[in-house]
Amino acid sequence: MIELRINNKTYRVEGVDRRTPLLWVLRDNLGLTGTKYGCGKGECGSCTVHIDGEAVRSCRKRVSSIGDAEITTIEGLSKDGSHPVQQAWREHAVPQCGYCQVGQIMSAAALLDETPNPTDADIDKGMKGNLCRCGTYQRIRAAIHTAAKKGGK
Amino acid sequence: MSEKLISRRSVLQSLAAGSLLIGCRSTGDESIEKVDDGAKGAKGAKKPAKDLDPDIFLRIAPDGLVTIVTHRSEMGTGIRTALPTVVADELGADWSRVEIEQGIGDARFGSQNTDGSRSVRRFFDRMREAGATARTMLERAAAAEWGVDASECSTSGHAVVHEKTKRRLDFKDVVAAAAELPVPKKEELLMRPASEYKYIGKDVPLTDLDEILTGKAVYGLDLRKEGMLYAVVARSPVLGAPVKSFDAAAAKAVAGVVDVVEIPAFQGVHNFQALGGVAVLASSTWAALEGRKALEAEWGESPNSVYDSKRFEKTLADATHKKGKKARSVGDAEAALAAAPKESIVEADYYVPHLAHAPMEPPCALAQIDGNRCEIWAPTQNPQAAQTSVAQALKMRPEDVIVNVSLLGGGFGRKSKPDYVVEAALLAKQTGKPVHVTWTREDDIRFDYFHTVAAMHIEASVDDKGLPSAWLQRSAFPTLMSTFVAGAKNGGGLEMGMGFTDLPYDVPNLLVENCAADAHVRIGWLRAVAHIYHAFAISSFPDELAHRVGRDPLEHLLELLGKDRHLGLNGLDYPNHKESLEKYPFDVGRLRKVTERAAELADWKSKSGKLPKGRGVGIASHRCFLSYVANVVEVEVDQSGILRIPHIHVVIDPGQIIHPDMVRHQMEGGAMFAASHALMGEITASGGSIDQSNFHDFEIAKIDEAPQKVSVEIMESNLPPAGVGEVGVPAIAPAICNAIFAATGKRIRRLPISKHDLSWS
Repeated sequence: MIELRINNKTYRVEGVDRRTPLLWVLRDNLGLTGTKYGCGKGECGSCTVHIDGEAVRSCRKRVSSIGDAEITTIEGLSKDGSHPVQQAWREHAVPQCGYCQVGQIMSAAALLDETPNPTDADIDKGMKGNLCRCGTYQRIRAAIHTAAKKGGK
Repeated sequence: MSEKLISRRSVLQSLAAGSLLIGCRSTGDESIEKVDDGAKGAKGAKKPAKDLDPDIFLRIAPDGLVTIVTHRSEMGTGIRTALPTVVADELGADWSRVEIEQGIGDARFGSQNTDGSRSVRRFFDRMREAGATARTMLERAAAAEWGVDASECSTSGHAVVHEKTKRRLDFKDVVAAAAELPVPKKEELLMRPASEYKYIGKDVPLTDLDEILTGKAVYGLDLRKEGMLYAVVARSPVLGAPVKSFDAAAAKAVAGVVDVVEIPAFQGVHNFQALGGVAVLASSTWAALEGRKALEAEWGESPNSVYDSKRFEKTLADATHKKGKKARSVGDAEAALAAAPKESIVEADYYVPHLAHAPMEPPCALAQIDGNRCEIWAPTQNPQAAQTSVAQALKMRPEDVIVNVSLLGGGFGRKSKPDYVVEAALLAKQTGKPVHVTWTREDDIRFDYFHTVAAMHIEASVDDKGLPSAWLQRSAFPTLMSTFVAGAKNGGGLEMGMGFTDLPYDVPNLLVENCAADAHVRIGWLRAVAHIYHAFAISSFPDELAHRVGRDPLEHLLELLGKDRHLGLNGLDYPNHKESLEKYPFDVGRLRKVTERAAELADWKSKSGKLPKGRGVGIASHRCFLSYVANVVEVEVDQSGILRIPHIHVVIDPGQIIHPDMVRHQMEGGAMFAASHALMGEITASGGSIDQSNFHDFEIAKIDEAPQKVSVEIMESNLPPAGVGEVGVPAIAPAICNAIFAATGKRIRRLPISKHDLSWS
């Protein structure tokens, strides 16, 4: 049995291969499907969650390696979509298909936590692990600046 | 933030089969309705008696709640928002009292194939008709109650209004009476003037925006059913190679693996059939993946193992140096070229490689069999094709296959080919359980219906102003028809008509030809299809001609376009994106206007030929999907050869539009999509199998590599709506390469750009 702290709750998961990436436990065992699969290799960022506040690719994080660290997924980022990053995403109408946006939002929130007033270069550096096939990058950049003005994290 | 959100239920759960509405107006062949007995029987049982449901796209409940059925698939174009706003506007509904419902696959909607940039142009009028039908009935019912003439009534803000007497009746108070009235004929409908639109032309937030931002949106990969098995499939690396052997015991020994099942290889031409292979079914995705690793399948022989991209590149180029099949001829280009002095002849060869669709959500589908009925939930661009393909594979009647459509995490043409849906259905049948098939990224990239690979050859005889008296162009590419017709080797009007047959330049002697090519992988259409490679050639070559004689490329291009006119394409094999040339002529004047406007916005005059070495601007324009687009790209190339794209200007003339911000979005995204491919996109094969497998070797431009800024201007127009979703793509690659030439003097005729050394001193 593995115990995980996710979104301020404790989850006990039975019968899971300890090597399983966190992504699949979230999605298949716990029904937290907000976190997306995109590549399984840490190349695209769709599966980004926070572990103790840091952006982590959950497809590369074995569930046994997390211990009692606090995991935050999109389901726990805010109760009602009111996180400044989510608000800014709404304001700039960022999503097209929306599939990668959860990962983008999680990465942006972690970036702003670390760098409350990022420059374009900071944003490029902090967000280059998150691919968007629809090509919403310029809105993502603009939305991060807006979120920073709203008080970031 | 105090922004007021539209609170409105957004229902993705499709209509159950039984609640589909019957006895109402549908699209297309009315006879289809009559065969749908199952649905007919269920109608009365399920639907409240007093709904007003005069049209398949719309119903109004007794409480006034308007449900608009959207039959097109949402993959990021905003179509689940845009088309319903047309219904709402025509109806006079209040958007906060509108619910959106995703339609299942059903021919009564008309085509649901969400590709070809046609959702708006094909259904704009139909949506108005749906809204106007219900409005007319509401107006007539209210008029009867008030004892006034219905022609004096109108609707606004979810109410029928009688202006003269200042009376209003909310929809909820008149629905019951309206539901008793006969459905008006199409000829009786009066459409609302555009000046009264409240939502068309405004940027209504996406229907699914809040769900997307909170992780609640349901994509295909998120679909779940009680007791379902997670499946991944091992497929042959070479198209058509059968399963030789596999170790099911090793796979079954992996904890969580429930079953190992062989999927039979496709028969005849692959079409939308399952590729075939060995499926591993498990209690979780991870267990299925581990099981597949243990499987160690071996594959037999296939004639497609000869496919080698390096060799094939030469084969294609050689093909374009020989006479091909004529697509269009004006004057006598061959004779003119033969007679022209050698020094007037300019030749160039262009090459655009295979590309993969790589939507962020890979293909996936959920299927469940219940007796003689199969229910599907899938992110599909084409639920009707999924329905017929599954029916064929399971030997069922199409009406017994119910296809529910989830949100799509990107489509780009991949998800209009439902092979992955067929896989899920076959596995559900074989195991008797609900099965969810997931394609990993590796599966997605290796087993795509690839964007084809193309070679183009152009030769022209030009004068000292760079203007041609004769122009011959040929293209060779494995045709996407090879996916449907065994041994198809030539591109017909479908592909040649995308940016090649319709060469817009004013040339007295022109010959356009297609040259045969074999297909060794599955070929499919990808966003912008044949426009991608054709536009690259026909918009690079004029730039070469201009520089050759030291002319400004814009000034030269405008002269090359010639007089404003409608291109003479009648009588040719030219599908015109399935629209008539009368309604949608190829209007060179509109192409000229977007070109001039893009140049103006980009301040072309003060930049072209005037920037320091290492910086440059390039221009390209194109007509595609009946719209007109022009791009001016600015590039910076440092001495070590590192390329940046600080700014792209886009001007589009798409005729009438519904949602300006989604048009801008599509242009921004189209530019990024195309730039990504131009910069670094290439799929290759060796020994018949694909060399790339994930985003590390089929790269997608990251935020720091993509164009930094895309500015979009939409030309205002009352002309019929044309395409948008794919229009932003074709003219980007040539504009980038033209800009690179301006910056460095290096001409790129073969994509991707990353293959070339751009360093300079």
